[in-house]
Amino acid sequence: MMEEIKLMKGNEAVAEAAIRCGCDGYFGYPITPQSEILETLMALEPWKTTGMVVLQAESETASINMVYGGAGCGKKVMTSSSSPGISLMQEGLSYIAGAELPCVVVNVTRGGPGLGTIQPSQADYFQTVKGGGHGDYKLITLAPASVQEMADHTVLAFDLAFKYRNPVMVLSDGIIGQMMEKVQLPPYQPRLTDEQVREQCPWATTGKHGRKQQNVITSLELRSEEMEKINNRLQEKYNQVEQNEVRFEEYFCDDAEYLITAFGSCARICQKTIEILRSEGIKAGLLRPITLYPFPTEAIAKFAKQVKGILSVELNAGQMVEDVRLAVNGVTPVEFYGRQGGMTPTPDEVVKALKSKLIK
Amino acid sequence: MTLEEIIKPENQIYGKTPLLTETPMHYCPGCSHGVVHKLIAEVIEEMNIADKTVGIAPVGCAVFAYNYIDIDWQEAAHGRAPALATAVKRLNPENCVFTYQGDGDLAAIGTAETIHACNRGENIAIFFINNGIYGMTGGQMAPTTLEGMKTATCPNGRDVSMEGYPLKISEMLALLDGTCYVTRQAVHTAASTVRAKKAIRKALENSMASKGTSIVEVVSTCNSGWKMTPHQANKWMVENMFPAYPLGDIKDR
Repeated sequence: MMEEIKLMKGNEAVAEAAIRCGCDGYFGYPITPQSEILETLMALEPWKTTGMVVLQAESETASINMVYGGAGCGKKVMTSSSSPGISLMQEGLSYIAGAELPCVVVNVTRGGPGLGTIQPSQADYFQTVKGGGHGDYKLITLAPASVQEMADHTVLAFDLAFKYRNPVMVLSDGIIGQMMEKVQLPPYQPRLTDEQVREQCPWATTGKHGRKQQNVITSLELRSEEMEKINNRLQEKYNQVEQNEVRFEEYFCDDAEYLITAFGSCARICQKTIEILRSEGIKAGLLRPITLYPFPTEAIAKFAKQVKGILSVELNAGQMVEDVRLAVNGVTPVEFYGRQGGMTPTPDEVVKALKSKLIK
Repeated sequence: MTLEEIIKPENQIYGKTPLLTETPMHYCPGCSHGVVHKLIAEVIEEMNIADKTVGIAPVGCAVFAYNYIDIDWQEAAHGRAPALATAVKRLNPENCVFTYQGDGDLAAIGTAETIHACNRGENIAIFFINNGIYGMTGGQMAPTTLEGMKTATCPNGRDVSMEGYPLKISEMLALLDGTCYVTRQAVHTAASTVRAKKAIRKALENSMASKGTSIVEVVSTCNSGWKMTPHQANKWMVENMFPAYPLGDIKDR
């Protein structure tokens, strides 16, 4: 089928995009506010059309380990969850990163810590971009700000996952997951055949099929000198990711005297803030990181020389602001404004915060 | 007659299967892992399915199982092998898929993954080595440790009032509708080894035929953990482990 325009929830867009981009398997567990992803997949029954496997696991721990198993076979596999569930997946994510397997994990975040709330939050930023599980590894992290991007990033996440043989997180939140917008769905791509998988993923454990060498998926290496080499290789890969995959969006930044940094749903709120500030004659712009890892460090450093101050607006107690400060490196003042626990700021609230913290 | 004249290929009635690699096994002398590895390799070879078999290795003593059997393998996190196997088999249904797990892996940290994979009737074989102790970490108590049995973490013997009872997990798994074959075997004598090999073959055949989940528990020794010679350990296993974990088929449908 061709491209299609529909009105749908962000979560539903993820499910539709996954089927359309040739996903082989989804393994997940229900948790609010992302359960519609599994529900939509179950309703669409893609196993009847594309052959995609969809399975409700017994837990998030099992889900991510099913993803590990499927990714080890060279298949396009994914899971989705929300904050407490993602915490349970950290063990598996560390193993998947260690074994250098491609997979997609969608996190439609909610407020924490603990059981927290089912309302949106961006308090999983640290957990996502700074590791989360044990060991030195990175998740490529995409931060959609619209239902359209929920679909687009699902497709892009698979491309990046296979390009770098690395897990990719789509870090959304309860607003983007639940809100409805118009979305242009991608055209259907067929799933790879078993022969194509063996050709494109020569490392995959598909059964040897005449291959002389066995394939082993593992993250175990007891010799320290070898383990250091593996870690160095991982870091080289992350350097490549940082050089090639930084994505961000500028909104009225060219002549900005004040810069707001915000991602995801919070960036949508701050767009309105920029309009209000501009209508009052205050030259403000918004820089929205689309990739949270790799972070748009250079772009922010460039604007740091241009603006009188930067305000990082987040739905947390101040997490991304640390990366903004590292990028700015003291060149201009960096302030933070955030709401927590599922609360979201109004555009006017952010206007007030910017004025009081940076203009005074 | 020289040795070469006596040992001729045409006179050979038994040899190492080519599926077992030349890598020297790291297992302690008298440990059952080596024998079970050999049986699995032989069965895969005899069934001619080496090209489409994927094994899932555990955490614990058998963590390097992939170094010894020349097929594709995935190394799972502790206890998660049945979850990996679930996806491997579902995404490649023509593959023969098995997990190889110890009692700490399968019956403690991986209890949930084990029970639910079995309950879903995943078309996999589970080879479960039960030596009643955590071998690799130095002989601590396992869920399968016998009442009164001394380990590093119950040095005065397992006290069921404090630590609960030995977990008869195969009997539990046999109750689940998803399991098609649950059996308990041993490899301490030639006769028992022959029976264990038949059980392993049936389990792998069930995976190929998509009949449901098969579990082959092998009651085993841990000479190092039990602090016994191989001979003492075998005797102790017969006298103490077998009454608690009786050998034979628990379920076959």
